[in-house]
Amino acid sequence: MDLGPHAAFIIASYAVVAVVMLGLIAWLLADGRRHQRALAALEARGVRRRSSAEDNGQ
Amino acid sequence: MQTSAQNLTHRLANPTRFMSLSASLLPWISGLAAVLIAVGLYLAFFSAPPDYQQGQTVKIMFIHVPSAWLAMGVYLLVAISSFGLLVFRHPLADVSAKAAVPLGAAFTFLALVTGALWGRPMWGAYWVWDARLTSVLILFFLYLGLMALRSSLDDETLASRLTAILALVGVVLLPIIKFSVDWWNTLHQPASVLRIGGPSIHSSILTPLLVMAAGFTLAFIAMHLMAMRNEILRRRVKALTLAQVSRAGAGNPASVKG
Repeated sequence: MDLGPHAAFIIASYAVVAVVMLGLIAWLLADGRRHQRALAALEARGVRRRSSAEDNGQ
Repeated sequence: MQTSAQNLTHRLANPTRFMSLSASLLPWISGLAAVLIAVGLYLAFFSAPPDYQQGQTVKIMFIHVPSAWLAMGVYLLVAISSFGLLVFRHPLADVSAKAAVPLGAAFTFLALVTGALWGRPMWGAYWVWDARLTSVLILFFLYLGLMALRSSLDDETLASRLTAILALVGVVLLPIIKFSVDWWNTLHQPASVLRIGGPSIHSSILTPLLVMAAGFTLAFIAMHLMAMRNEILRRRVKALTLAQVSRAGAGNPASVKG
């Protein structure tokens, strides 16, 4: 596949999109894990939400 | 139709129900987004012909245009969510608005950068102070402004209301961006897909573009759901931490100030 004389601009465009999209996904996953851990630590200490019974389907 | 939409919004008003529904939807939406983007990339690089004027640089369009559509579409979502917060006090409206803003900023950034990388070989310049480019740059700053305003206030309720008001005021920018290419003489080409009379692009180039746009949109929906889930978790952690502090304070009044 020949990308022609402006190949560098095409490759740079796709690279920027890939880096930003993968960066966003990595940030979202890490952020989610951070909050899950904090929530688990609080619940392990016996701090519970009023609606936690509802979460358990009770 | 309206009733079923209202029922759905009403049912989703419960964050716990939203968490369970989004958890089951996320793998499907993410998987479909990945498949569509993979098919779109294949079509873009192995099927779409070079443009008769722009040559292979037309390939930049397959990522530039979906990013630009999302830059505006996500802002519309932020505005609708802000309206939902201010008028209906929907519990998830602020969560949706807050989660969407950084994603919208990212897609606006991508539209600007890929546009610059397309502009250099085609126009001879990375940037020109043209109506379309400048209005999209203002949209990017508006997204940054929404994030800055929210994070500058400690009172989260006040921060969400003020951010929602700014988001609604900013909606005026969307028609300016869309019609900038018609209202002013610009270097940027006019609409060639979303136009009266139908698309003016040949199907060999239009199909990969639409597949990529669908893939990008689903990727955004998946990331938005992830960000909303994270925000709900953050609020739960904050509420539990406050509950723990107040419980500790009640047990030991000397430790509580004010």
